[in-house]
Amino acid sequence: MNGEHRCLTDSNPFTPEPARIIRSYPLSADVKFFQVRFVDMERALSFKYKAGQFAMLSVLGAGEAPFCLSSTPSRPGLLEFCIRKMGTMTNALFRLPENALIGLRGPYGNGFPVEEMTGKDILIIMGGMGVAPLRSVLLYCLDNRDRFERVVLLYGAKRPAEMILREEFFALQTRSDLECHLTVDADDTGQWPARTGVITTLFPHLKKTDPGNTYALVCGPPVMYKFVIKELIKLNIPKNQILMTLERRMKCGIGKCGHCAIDYIYTCLDGPVFSYWDVLHMKELI
Amino acid sequence: MRILKLQKKDLSPFLEVISREAQLWAPVTKGDKFVFDQVKDFSRIAMNATRTIIPPKKIMVPSFFNMFHFSEKGYQEDFSHITDRILFGIHPCDIHGLLILDKLFSQAYLDPYYLEARKRMLILGLSCWPDEFCLCKSTHTDIIEEGYDLFFTDLESHFLVWIGSSRGDDLVRLSPGFFDDKLTDKDIQTYIKWQEERDEAFQIEINFTRMPNLMELKDKAFFWEEAGAACLACGSCSMVCPTCNCYNVVDKQFLGNRPGQRLRYWDSCTLPEYSEVAGGENFREHKSQRLRLWYTHKLQAYVSKYGKPSCVGCGRCLVTCPVQIHIKSVTDALEGHPVEVFWKKFAGEVSK
Repeated sequence: MNGEHRCLTDSNPFTPEPARIIRSYPLSADVKFFQVRFVDMERALSFKYKAGQFAMLSVLGAGEAPFCLSSTPSRPGLLEFCIRKMGTMTNALFRLPENALIGLRGPYGNGFPVEEMTGKDILIIMGGMGVAPLRSVLLYCLDNRDRFERVVLLYGAKRPAEMILREEFFALQTRSDLECHLTVDADDTGQWPARTGVITTLFPHLKKTDPGNTYALVCGPPVMYKFVIKELIKLNIPKNQILMTLERRMKCGIGKCGHCAIDYIYTCLDGPVFSYWDVLHMKELI
Repeated sequence: MRILKLQKKDLSPFLEVISREAQLWAPVTKGDKFVFDQVKDFSRIAMNATRTIIPPKKIMVPSFFNMFHFSEKGYQEDFSHITDRILFGIHPCDIHGLLILDKLFSQAYLDPYYLEARKRMLILGLSCWPDEFCLCKSTHTDIIEEGYDLFFTDLESHFLVWIGSSRGDDLVRLSPGFFDDKLTDKDIQTYIKWQEERDEAFQIEINFTRMPNLMELKDKAFFWEEAGAACLACGSCSMVCPTCNCYNVVDKQFLGNRPGQRLRYWDSCTLPEYSEVAGGENFREHKSQRLRLWYTHKLQAYVSKYGKPSCVGCGRCLVTCPVQIHIKSVTDALEGHPVEVFWKKFAGEVSK
């Protein structure tokens, strides 16, 4: 019996499924946009996920890592990722040409509670790479616009060149059903058409909010949380309606390898979306 | 439940019969310690083994194995390390350890590598006598009700053998002549006396019910810093713990046309790079933070999900940690009891 090849693929949650990079192009010096589709077209269309969930991507020989889905489940077929070049795996991913094969498994994680958010005002606050997970829920809200009240977007980046997907957001500024505020910390181009200043300087521009009826979704660099949450608490938004999506080291995505453990929860199963209340009563969350 | 009697002289012949069905693994001597190993010569079996250096998890999920072969054709799963095995001589604490791993490896998603190995493993437990490091009475893992196929209780002149599963019954039926199903009153009294005496033999007692709250209340206690200063971040505590399940995964490529391998190997949350994310940000840079996570998992996290600690009282951390950071010294510190162990000398080393 030793050495016999046993085929358990159907039940092996670790098996990467073959997918192709349909399109990839740079968004900034070190960030790239990837459109990915399962090789099996039926699988591509049957793949169901929620905004805020993530997938494990494999590059042959370079390893596997978790990436949040930047596309919206309301536009099935193509999956999109905004990925920053950071280590061995992403370096290898960046070198792959279009049409290259990669491995994909998922979706994992809890995602945003879009059912509970229905009928509420949605305030999306993203800094830098925070756009990667929040673009999914933003597009989901816009695709299901009549299910939500106000949709407000605050997006801050260090410099214009680092505001990834900026053309997409310039285009969104023309929509009358979205309040879209863009800012950069400093404009080194002299041609920046939107505001300058750190993201908290956008708060005074917000129209009066109804805090009990608002969900605030936040993602950005660690330093951003501190200041943004202070503003949200000032606005009286309930702590369990301030949602953030977090990053941790993960090797499995399905609660086995242990790396993403925080206190008594796993980021991959119980997160990556947590409320500010979770953050307050769990150690080391942010 | 059936309980049978087996004469001591009949154990080896019985093992000989069943070892024709699958690999037989048992504790054997290694230096002055014990290890689980495949045995063909039954005289090697250490019937008096206390704890083995590494718990039996090493047989279910080897410390290092290949999950997938990969090539341009994609990822081919590899289960070649899994085979039919019989594990003899496993003590109640380690059987409880496997029951806890069962839960961890099957919650939310099934881990086919662990579960397949588990399915193809027969568990033949063996009673034991506590030494000065055993604390399974405190963790209520000194007796077992499930998780075994056969369980042998070693009484002076003979074994009492519990049949715990249909597969265990099949093993007995391979050579029914060895077993006697008529227990005398004397046999039963001998067993009761054995159990009473063993209950008295424990030297360590820990109150685990208080621990989840104490972990919360003593979250910022100074002793974590002391222990952190002394900790060598060697990961030994995780390697020897029957319920530590964390692992890492790396892809390995070879020169030539050989397919690559996706390798899975044991990891420990006490190692520096455990919580490091891409770009070098580390969520648990300090050893004290990592130790606290380790103990959160043993004393608090598993309790919140399954109602009991994930310590099975085997005592391995007590005999293994080079600086005496273990379940006894840490729970003592949590209780506020005086702790006189190596790491308490490190108060002066704490930089804060």
